Amino acid sequence: MKRTSTWVASLALPVMVAMLLVLAGSPSVTANDQPSAAAAEVKIDNFSFGPQTLTVAVGATVTWTNRDDIPHTVVSTDGVFKSKVRDTDEKFSYTFDKAGTYPYFCSIHPKMTGTVVVQ
Amino acid sequence: MADKNQGLIDQKWHELNDDGVDRRGFLKCMAWAGTGLVWTMSGGIPVSRAFAKNTGKSDGKDGDFSFVQISDSHMGFSKPANPDVGATLQAAVDKINGLAQPPEFLLHTGDISHLTKPEQFDTVDQILKGASAKDVFFVPGEHDVLDDNGKSYLERYGKNVQGAGWYSFDKRGVHFIGLVNVLNLKSGGLGSLGAEQLEWMEKDVKHLKHSTPIVVFAHIPLWTVYPEWGWGTEDSAQALAYLKKFGSVTVLNGHIHQTMQKVEGNVTFHTAMSTAFPQPQPGKADSPGPMKVPAEQLRSLLGITDVNYVRGQHSLAAVDSSLE
Ligand SMILES: [Cu+2]
Repeated sequence: MKRTSTWVASLALPVMVAMLLVLAGSPSVTANDQPSAAAAEVKIDNFSFGPQTLTVAVGATVTWTNRDDIPHTVVSTDGVFKSKVRDTDEKFSYTFDKAGTYPYFCSIHPKMTGTVVVQ
Repeated sequence: MADKNQGLIDQKWHELNDDGVDRRGFLKCMAWAGTGLVWTMSGGIPVSRAFAKNTGKSDGKDGDFSFVQISDSHMGFSKPANPDVGATLQAAVDKINGLAQPPEFLLHTGDISHLTKPEQFDTVDQILKGASAKDVFFVPGEHDVLDDNGKSYLERYGKNVQGAGWYSFDKRGVHFIGLVNVLNLKSGGLGSLGAEQLEWMEKDVKHLKHSTPIVVFAHIPLWTVYPEWGWGTEDSAQALAYLKKFGSVTVLNGHIHQTMQKVEGNVTFHTAMSTAFPQPQPGKADSPGPMKVPAEQLRSLLGITDVNYVRGQHSLAAVDSSLE
């Protein structure tokens, strides 16, 4: 999937340098309680996101997979990202380039909620 | 904790099943698929009666008439819960065409398509052309407004509607109101009507006589069936407040793929079966997703709702018939 990254261009150079350092350093992190660096997955099963709260490192790409036989969506509550409708086994990916807490939900079944924490 | 939750669910279910008059004077009952047991309100007294198969023909003048509600055809769905939703919609049309009193028109309470695709709407329109009743009034389900916020739905079904697709019309002295509660859903929330639609509705009913029978139809239930699964509409209380002055209000919904009925004061709430696949009773499964049943049982859990209006009684009676 394409990701929105236009905001990166507007960041001041020192911030970008700092981010690159974080990205460069993250693969060496091995402790269990540390967020994973490059990629992470969320499964959609039985009208719920699992894990409901996912913690990743800055720069990680998160991929959602719909394993229900009903379509769902993955929509940021704050308008940061928005998938097209995802039918059975379809995926949506988004790369988190900025630290923060990203609540999201399924816009078809709004009782389905989840959070990605990026640190 | 699981036991406690189950206890609460059982209690809710019991309340829904309780067909006696409780302390607040509300009648709550279930309408069972295929039994033809009907509750009506007559002079404030609940009357149940079994509908005879042949009620005689309407002469078309005295105001008695019927219409049929169908719902959740989910055209395009092809998972194990029903690999052929076209065949079951066709069976629903056959059922309609076999009714002793032909309905004047049809209501479709949404989830016409499974994925908002033009060919899915085309197929439903084509199959419904075979129904004896030629007029079909639609409201959208959440599956009809995917990705485009209802644009393609409106292009097809929105000729005489307001806003996102709401409208009203009159038939034989009964005022019908079609509402849209599947757009702009908020995280963690339920179905939503929104301020603009509520404002329109208030004006729409303002000048009607109190004796005018009202039928409201929308996709998601306008009463809180089971909020844990999103089976309710967050601002439905406001809509119902505008209808307090009327003697007879019937609210018809889909979305939950099973029949359920509740009578509260002047308002009868009723949900229809799907023509595509059944869903579990509230809280009786891990999720509200399609319920796979043995193939030979499927058609006993799908069906139509035949609504009869008897003039003079100012009441409407809903009869649920399964496809088999
Ligand atoms: Cu969903």
